[in-house]
Amino acid sequence: MPIDPTRRALVRAMGSLGLASIAGLAASQGQERTVRIVARKFEFEPRLIVLKKGEPVVLEFTSLDVMMGFNLNAFKLRTDIAPGQVTRLMLTPDRAGEFVFYCDVFCGNGHEEMDGVLTVTE
Amino acid sequence: MTEFDRRQFLQLAGVGGAVFASALAGCASAAGAKAAVDDFYFVQLSDTHWGFEGAPNPDAKLTLPKAVSAVNALAQPPDFVVFTGDLTHTTDDPQERRRRLAEFRDIAAQLKVKTVRFMPGEHDASLDNGAAYQEFFGATHYSFDHKGVHFIALDNVSDPAAKIGDEQLAWLAADLAQQPKDARIVVLTHRPLFDLYPQWDWATRDGARAIELLMQHANVTVFYGHIHQEHHFMTGHIAHHSAKSLIFALPAPGSQPRRSPLAWDAAQPYRGLGFREIEAEAQTAGYQITELPVVKA
Repeated sequence: MPIDPTRRALVRAMGSLGLASIAGLAASQGQERTVRIVARKFEFEPRLIVLKKGEPVVLEFTSLDVMMGFNLNAFKLRTDIAPGQVTRLMLTPDRAGEFVFYCDVFCGNGHEEMDGVLTVTE
Repeated sequence: MTEFDRRQFLQLAGVGGAVFASALAGCASAAGAKAAVDDFYFVQLSDTHWGFEGAPNPDAKLTLPKAVSAVNALAQPPDFVVFTGDLTHTTDDPQERRRRLAEFRDIAAQLKVKTVRFMPGEHDASLDNGAAYQEFFGATHYSFDHKGVHFIALDNVSDPAAKIGDEQLAWLAADLAQQPKDARIVVLTHRPLFDLYPQWDWATRDGARAIELLMQHANVTVFYGHIHQEHHFMTGHIAHHSAKSLIFALPAPGSQPRRSPLAWDAAQPYRGLGFREIEAEAQTAGYQITELPVVKA
């Protein structure tokens, strides 16, 4: 399937601003690497995610039990994760480093420990 | 006993902790604001987490009762006491949640103070949108006036996504519209309204909208809990003061990888825990905060 150069430019532009968006996500699937993240009380699986700077990826979320949230504050990226639904976000990290992500929807006794680390390599 | 005498007494008796003055420095309307205010003080207790069990506080069943005794032992009773949320520790079991709320209510009833105000934290309210809390303590947001100060209790926990919400923000706007621009306003809430450290969920998703509304008033101070430690911060002319917990202390924002509770120190039990007096001063149109320990050293 050919890649729309306009959309690719948009993705790069968003990445350069440290932004991510679900806009045009349907069209993007199959083009970028997909990172599947499962949320359950009270952890993300995987808890450690490694990406390359500038690499566009789709983050694909599911929850095994209750409503959760995913918040990657460093990239101003968040979503609710509803049980029984697949939620996707697009991310093109524009800088290297280690960034904490966390659940931002209170989900019970253990919510405070529900976090993970995104490592972005050069 | 006058307020000045009472403070002197505290210092002489050695029970006064760190004192933090939260004056409205540079506020052009402070003189107007102070004119209608009588000196008084109230006590803030926070994050009691009744029902918690664990190594961070091996004395969990006695800490709150001891704090109640400490408040009752104050030389002069406060005008009122407010608990700023996380009265109980969360549980998935609705019956157990109600049992903890009932036990907390009964302990708080031992306070020898005529008026005790409550508000929920996310541990009390987020798993059932405040349903059980309201059965015991009523509305989760409200306002009242006391000796020239307008108090507003904001609920940023009944929504598990840490939002105040459009409906409550509209209520806040309407409440504020009834107040003169130089009214002395105190906001009581659980989570910080500003982005203190979102990585640890120390924020309110739509807190900026509340601050925007409050910024239209010259004399606003916020007292909150949630982060289990003192913290003082300004957003424009609005001061935000967080309170210590009465169950376990948490690390300074970002000071360690995770927000795990600080370890209990048997050599210094209750270290990092406590409650505070907040004195509304007519002369400065500000607030003097005195941190007090759970038990006297």
